[in-house]
Amino acid sequence: MTETAIATADNAILAGARAGSAVAFEGVVKDYGQTRVLHGLDLAIQPGEFVSLLGPSGCGKTTALRVLAGLERANGGTVRIGGSDVSAVPTNRRDLGMVFQAYSLFPHLDVTANTAFGLRMRKVAKREAAARVRDALALVGLAGFGERYPHQLSGGQQQRVALARALVTEPRVLLLDEPLSALDAKVRVTLRDEIRRIQLRLGITTVFVTHDQEEALAVSDRIAVMNAGRIDQIGTPEELYLRPATAHVAEFVGLSSVLPCTVGGGVAEVLGIRLPVVGEAADGPAEAFVRPENVRLGGPIDAVVLESTFLGSVRRTVLRTAGGQLLRMQHAVGERVEFDERVTLGIEPAPVAVRPREG
Amino acid sequence: MNARGFAPHPAVRWLIGLAIIVLFAIPIVSMAEYTLRDATAGGHSLVHWIELFDPARAGTYRPIWTGLGNSAVLAVVTVAIVLLLLAPTMVLVELRFPKLKRPFEFLALLPISIPAIVLVVGLAPIYLAIGRTIGTGIWPLAFAYGVTVLPFAYRAIQAAIDATELRVLAEAARSLGASWPAVLVRVLAPNLRPGLLAASLISVAVVLGEFTIASLLNRQNLQTALVVVGKQDPYASVILSLLALAFAFVLLVVIGRIGGGTPRARRSARPPKDQP
Ligand SMILES: Nc1ncnc2c1ncn2[C@@H]1O[C@H](COP(=O)(O)OP(=O)(O)OP(=O)(O)O)[C@@H](O)[C@H]1O
Ligand SMILES: [Mg+2]
Repeated sequence: MTETAIATADNAILAGARAGSAVAFEGVVKDYGQTRVLHGLDLAIQPGEFVSLLGPSGCGKTTALRVLAGLERANGGTVRIGGSDVSAVPTNRRDLGMVFQAYSLFPHLDVTANTAFGLRMRKVAKREAAARVRDALALVGLAGFGERYPHQLSGGQQQRVALARALVTEPRVLLLDEPLSALDAKVRVTLRDEIRRIQLRLGITTVFVTHDQEEALAVSDRIAVMNAGRIDQIGTPEELYLRPATAHVAEFVGLSSVLPCTVGGGVAEVLGIRLPVVGEAADGPAEAFVRPENVRLGGPIDAVVLESTFLGSVRRTVLRTAGGQLLRMQHAVGERVEFDERVTLGIEPAPVAVRPREG
Repeated sequence: MNARGFAPHPAVRWLIGLAIIVLFAIPIVSMAEYTLRDATAGGHSLVHWIELFDPARAGTYRPIWTGLGNSAVLAVVTVAIVLLLLAPTMVLVELRFPKLKRPFEFLALLPISIPAIVLVVGLAPIYLAIGRTIGTGIWPLAFAYGVTVLPFAYRAIQAAIDATELRVLAEAARSLGASWPAVLVRVLAPNLRPGLLAASLISVAVVLGEFTIASLLNRQNLQTALVVVGKQDPYASVILSLLALAFAFVLLVVIGRIGGGTPRARRSARPPKDQP
């Protein structure tokens, strides 16, 4: 498809699109039987914002999204879309678009009819619906696939159709629950970038659930890091990466080496090197999260190479210090190190996140 | 479609098909041959078939036509009970009350272990009351038949439910703005169609072949009528059994048509105006 075709399709949808709506969770509580899955979730999303819910498996991301969609009823708290409480509004009247993790196209309908489903439910005139379906399919790069049935499409194509189907009604909010997790690595990257491009053009408020931090970092305006039914921190990808509020965030966003340290007066002493601490930290023994790109060859730390991986543009090496600590280093491809080689290391004085250590 | 990979070789398929056809053909052909025997003239003739439409003997055969009509009514009402009551209930249990699935299954399969005679003992006083209030028309008997076909219809529909991602499809449809009736009619029913079709067919077959309940409750259906007539004229009885088979066959074809034929046929035959 040519660039102009994309632009025309986008503009056609843009013309009818409303500005995205704000979304808010206010103290949302959800129990499954005796188990509390959401512990008073608070989250405010600006109109047109792309927010990712990021967290380990089972932390309640899907549950939060389902409560927002009205597919689950919260046990407490309020969910607002566009400022008004939607707790009593059934799913079909919340004006949402949703893409599921599982393939969810209607098997008995072709791509055109699948995409038109939401318009049909809204009783949009056939002629107008046909035009909008064409535009939506062009938008996701599937012009000309209208006659196919879901079983005649690849997984990536199916999710594109699901996206077109969700967008064609110009919903107030787009909900994406790990829509890429069933796809292979390359398709994942292409499709996630495409989702972001479309989202930016349409300005639709989007909530994106993922447990893949790289995916969240790549596409989000802001990321809400969830942990056991609560939001640990919400911020831009840069904020989360550079100034993680909790050890969990530091651990979950980006790769870190966890090293014992001693904190005193806002400075952590790690392997004899003094590093500034992110945020507040109590004095005493602690663990510091050191980013691999802040570790470099040459310095006061003695270490031995355990393994070195060539990653294309960078090399990542795992080392063991003389004291037995494991350390990850990301360095230039030209800096070759051999297994069992003895090297010396330094750490850049970038701020580190710390968590208190027992004992 | 997705089962194509496991399908047997075409030759094997033909052989199996042929064996089944032969198996079914033997009794049917034998029956046909019997009805064509001419005892007076020897050899074969259509004499017994012609007698069937002889106005002079119409009185003998009248119960058959009444029974046939009654059975048709019963089949239609029973299928309606299966499609409009059982199927939506099963979908509801699947989507909203999954905890009830086991108890519901037990309940649905129960009638298979209850002999018709026992069922009638329980049903008799109920039908006495029904006779006084709704009347002694034939169609209330379909309630009893709804119970007898329950295990078969349940299995057929449940198999289709288990083979479909009902929850995902329903939630996708809901998120796209579909009301619950729209979810049922536009999304779930088309995807459960093979199961609904099978449940309807088996219900029709059971109803057309039912004798005990109708007989013991003093209602006239096809089978009771065949017994009555068969006592006077064995040839007529066999002819009518043959006709009953043909009738069932036609009914199945009609129901198949209503269901929309095979998915593939429907796809290629899909009118363009259906695509907005
Ligand atoms: N229908 C349910 N009944 C009981 N417990 C449930 C139900 N659905 C989810 N849970 C539980 O709630 C918790 C949160 O589940 P949820 O699906 O929201 O996790 P998630 O963050 O989406 O995880 P994943 O990344 O694996 O999809 C889990 O511990 C899960 O076991
Ligand atoms: Mg999930």
